[in-house]
Amino acid sequence: MSLQLASSETVIAPPSINPLMSVGNWIYRFILFPLGQMTVFIVGAAVILTLFSYGLALLFPEPRPGINLAAQISTQLPGMIITGISIGFVYSMIALGYTLVYGVLKFINFAHSEMFMVGSVIGFEVMRRVFDEGHLGAWAPVLLVLVTVLLSMLFSGTLAVVIERVAYRPLRGAPRLVPLITAIGISYILIDSTRAIMTLTRNDFNLTYPTNEIDWLNTPIPVSFQSFASGGTNFGGQLVEQINADGADYESFRIGDVTYENLYIGGITIGGKPIKNTDLRTLTVGESLTPEAIEVNGQPIRDLIEIANVVNIRITSIIVVISAVLMLLVLNFFVNGTKLGRGIRAVSQDQATAGLMGINVNRMVALTFFIGGAFGGGAGALFGMNAGTVTPYVGFIPGIKAFTAAVLGGIGNVTGALLGGLTLGLIESFLNGILVYFPALGQRYTDIFAFSVLIFILIFRPSGILGERVDEKV
Amino acid sequence: MRTTRIIVLALVLVLAVGAVATQAQDNVIRIVSQTPLSGPQSVLGISMRNAVELAVDQLAGPIEELGFAVEYVPYDDQATPDVGVSNAQQIVNDASVLAVIGHLNSGVAIPSSEVYNDNDLVMVSPANTNPLVTDRAYPTVNRVCGRDDLQGPTGATFAAETLGVSSVYILHDTTAYGQGLAEFFQEEALALGMEVLNFEGTEEPSNFETILSPILAQEPELIYFGGIYSQTGIFIAQARAAGYEGLFMGGDGFDSSEFAALGGDAAIGTYYTSVAAPATVYPAAAQFIEDYTAAYGEAPQPFAVQSYVSTDVALQAILRLLESNGGVLPSRAEVAAEVRATEDYEGLTGSITFDDNGDPEVGLYYVIEVVSGDPEAWNENTVIAEITLDSPLIASMMMEEEMATPEATPGS
Repeated sequence: MSLQLASSETVIAPPSINPLMSVGNWIYRFILFPLGQMTVFIVGAAVILTLFSYGLALLFPEPRPGINLAAQISTQLPGMIITGISIGFVYSMIALGYTLVYGVLKFINFAHSEMFMVGSVIGFEVMRRVFDEGHLGAWAPVLLVLVTVLLSMLFSGTLAVVIERVAYRPLRGAPRLVPLITAIGISYILIDSTRAIMTLTRNDFNLTYPTNEIDWLNTPIPVSFQSFASGGTNFGGQLVEQINADGADYESFRIGDVTYENLYIGGITIGGKPIKNTDLRTLTVGESLTPEAIEVNGQPIRDLIEIANVVNIRITSIIVVISAVLMLLVLNFFVNGTKLGRGIRAVSQDQATAGLMGINVNRMVALTFFIGGAFGGGAGALFGMNAGTVTPYVGFIPGIKAFTAAVLGGIGNVTGALLGGLTLGLIESFLNGILVYFPALGQRYTDIFAFSVLIFILIFRPSGILGERVDEKV
Repeated sequence: MRTTRIIVLALVLVLAVGAVATQAQDNVIRIVSQTPLSGPQSVLGISMRNAVELAVDQLAGPIEELGFAVEYVPYDDQATPDVGVSNAQQIVNDASVLAVIGHLNSGVAIPSSEVYNDNDLVMVSPANTNPLVTDRAYPTVNRVCGRDDLQGPTGATFAAETLGVSSVYILHDTTAYGQGLAEFFQEEALALGMEVLNFEGTEEPSNFETILSPILAQEPELIYFGGIYSQTGIFIAQARAAGYEGLFMGGDGFDSSEFAALGGDAAIGTYYTSVAAPATVYPAAAQFIEDYTAAYGEAPQPFAVQSYVSTDVALQAILRLLESNGGVLPSRAEVAAEVRATEDYEGLTGSITFDDNGDPEVGLYYVIEVVSGDPEAWNENTVIAEITLDSPLIASMMMEEEMATPEATPGS
């Protein structure tokens, strides 16, 4: 037994883990570095997509009559980035399951999307039961979320281990196509048995999380962002909002050369007509609306009102992001900083040799499935809290997208899964936010563009953005 | 070789038994229904099945007295066109099936009814509102409910004139039903001078976060969603959570207590148009509600009463044929013709006379407001407006009549 991991170190030479490693070094390796990496990925993807969006706005300044694309992008930008990050983290967490298993077994576990689904259903059961029992008052909010997510992770992780033992291990020597088909079979079995169980126990399988009924989860936090576009192109949208909130009474209001007298704001009318964003735009056809051009009581409106963009951030989105970041930090520490993690990496590099070195390959594979399943399950519970309702079919679309994310980042590569998930989430969010303004295209065709980007990237980087990282998989 | 021989023998045996079984059924009349019994829309589908079952139990007596056994077979179309069609192919192969009650989804009913029509099998639809269902003028296809090309405009008129809405963001679920309804709404909304900010389709079932950001940025006064409750209930919950404060409206696809279950308090204040009021609105349906609740332990969902009526229409047509031809089992084509000939049928939802396309000559359209986020209280939703409209065929016939006799109405 003493042979086990000590000798494997010399063979595969992972980053050495020195028990005397300084605390500073430890914090850098397991907290600061991964956090920095995530920030770089998010900022990088967001900046590229923002530039791309404004580039599109330069090409098509007015894709539809009355729509100023740049203005719309500026208004929506913070919202698009935030939703993109939160959905991106969900994709990342699911993608990890695909990538870990691929790293160890070179096999795509297509039943993994069902770990996500089962996690979301278990999360529902936990939260719903606690809520219906009326214990919720006594449960601290953070504790409730924590218990929901942890139980989902535990259940999905265990299920993944069982599935591996029953359906994949006996086929480990078989041609690659065989476990692939088993995985698809398992996927259907899980969907339909969940459906059967939920129909029998609840007579319903639209499973609605009680988040709608819990105030602290359901109250969005309004956050103001300074207007992004200078030159006031997005002025129409913001102005009314702000004056509205102000509720003050102004005597005159000038747009360009037109002055409006006795403007009562709060009832908001101009010349007896109610102001809407669209009306402001109509009023200024052919003019450039800059904050300087708009005056209230003779003073430029910019001096009076801070133009801000208010975005409602949902608590559940924040929970998704925080939990995902914490879980990813723990995973990073586990894989790169512990003996068991080293074992997993050894098996992923060379199963036979790792076995010869005394590593229990089966146990490491089971452990990998547990981690992958647990991450999928946790993502499911978080997704359920955020989306509000889940069904036994909920795993399919996020599963496909997460698989795509894993390939995009470089399958078998943990950092790649993170990057791929975030990139895909942001792309989806930006496309959904912008394509609506193009006639005849629209959100329903988002996937055409999302997957074109994927194909484009894969043409130039066939093994994903970060590559498969052959030397050190997992 | 031996195994092959055994398999062949077994197959022959099964076929022989099958042939005998079908032979022995010449005094059996089967009524089948096709509705989604599983999947996200099963709440409505199961309730429709229950209502058909109840109707067969209660109303088949006179036919059984003539020496025929009336059996009811429910099929599950899973709200999916290909499942509906493959079920339809099975159904038409059973010679004892004389009528189909269904479907819930127009997108499933349209391709499935092609199969029924090729085999002269009559379909009576309790819920399909897409114009194309009857506009093909098939002799076999009938419905007891209204049409989307009248339902959509009813909603638009209500939004513009009663609610005073000036800007609307239109969404649909990309199905024949949802997109069709949304298009009819849009047409009328534009005609009434409303600003249509966008017309968007989405198949997203659960996470609308990314779809919401452009909607919130454009601040519509109304979001109109042509879709089914399983999607729209979740949508409105997320829209409200993201800070949307405007109005929300849709069509009869919203009409299920599940909408309130999914939307919770966010569902309150939603308006929807419907071709079917809650069963409680029809005075004649009180007994039905009581029987249904006693039999199935819960209140009927929308379209349950229409399913009951559809079954009744079919059974009465069969009974009339049996009585007039002396108890000889009628052919499918005869049944289809007899159903189409239904005139002044008095049922739970009022009087029905089919026009030549299979639409009821006069359709009733309702605007309903959701009053509670509690699914138990769904039947208490208030009917705000009730509008009677002629089917397009009847309307155009009346117009032709007016034009053909100009001297009869001078000055018009």
